[in-house]
Amino acid sequence: MLHIINKSPLEKSSLETCLAVAQDGGIVLLIEDAVYAATRGNTAAARLTAAQDRLKICVLGPDLEARGLADRLIEGVTSIDYGGFVDLAAEHKSQSWL
Amino acid sequence: MEGVIKKFMFVNRKAPYGTVYALESLEVVLISAAFDQDVSLAFLDDGVYQLKKGQQTKGIETKNFSPTYRALDGYDIEKLYVEREALEARGLSEEDLLVDVTVLSRKEMGALMEEQDVVLSF
Amino acid sequence: MGTIEVGGKSYETDEEGYLTDLAQWNEDVGKFLAKQENVEMTDQHWEVINFLREYYTEFQIAPAVRVLTKAIGKKLGADKGNSQYLYELFPYGPAKQACKIAGLPKPTGCV
Repeated sequence: MLHIINKSPLEKSSLETCLAVAQDGGIVLLIEDAVYAATRGNTAAARLTAAQDRLKICVLGPDLEARGLADRLIEGVTSIDYGGFVDLAAEHKSQSWL
Repeated sequence: MEGVIKKFMFVNRKAPYGTVYALESLEVVLISAAFDQDVSLAFLDDGVYQLKKGQQTKGIETKNFSPTYRALDGYDIEKLYVEREALEARGLSEEDLLVDVTVLSRKEMGALMEEQDVVLSF
Repeated sequence: MGTIEVGGKSYETDEEGYLTDLAQWNEDVGKFLAKQENVEMTDQHWEVINFLREYYTEFQIAPAVRVLTKAIGKKLGADKGNSQYLYELFPYGPAKQACKIAGLPKPTGCV
């Protein structure tokens, strides 16, 4: 299952709930304000790091660049472009955590 | 307008681009400058992300409005306050911000808010 | 929405005649827009137009008249940094008319 999150982890509980619900082997894609979660120093980053052994974590690169944080991506998270987003959506069932 | 100067504070708590609040606030701030009031801007929570250096929005085909914060000085809007705890929770420091600001604790921010005549929330 | 034709090319404008895409602007478009505004362009006019374009590039907004006046005074001298000088060049308002000729959007807060 592809889980898509677009809300900041410090404003909404979407990421927290998603990580708790998502089954092992799933993919979590952070887009829009959710990309902040995968930046060094953000208090939510540890939660992502802890989930990495059972979930694949991706961020949408253009959203990270827009926010001036492309150089702060935490280790183990993959940055993808729009083409990569389309591929993921085509290959998996998806769920959006609004 | 002469004589009556009120203290206006714009409170910004949203990240840019994800929602339209940050841009809307900035536009109202620029308009408010025409009324010669005592204007200050406060950045709390995700609002501190509005001031992050190095924003590049080509990829999301959205206007990068972050350079406009640097124009505020020319509009005589010089009081920018940033919440210390918000920076810390996001791994940011003053050097990451594209304008000069005064960093305040939440307590100090609260006291400053108390002094205002009008507080506008975005 | 409207379009203007300059040198065989067409350019999109909004309902008030402001260029929709400022990247498309060139001097000929500026001259055409000036003619529409009945402004006879001189070196003094171009000085203001170029200043506005530089300001926009740096700050991503068209400045309010008061801000423009002050900024011009700083850059080009006090004799030019006053509203009388700017209104002589652009009678219908320096921000409004000059911004249009410069290919910028209408200044924020300018009705």
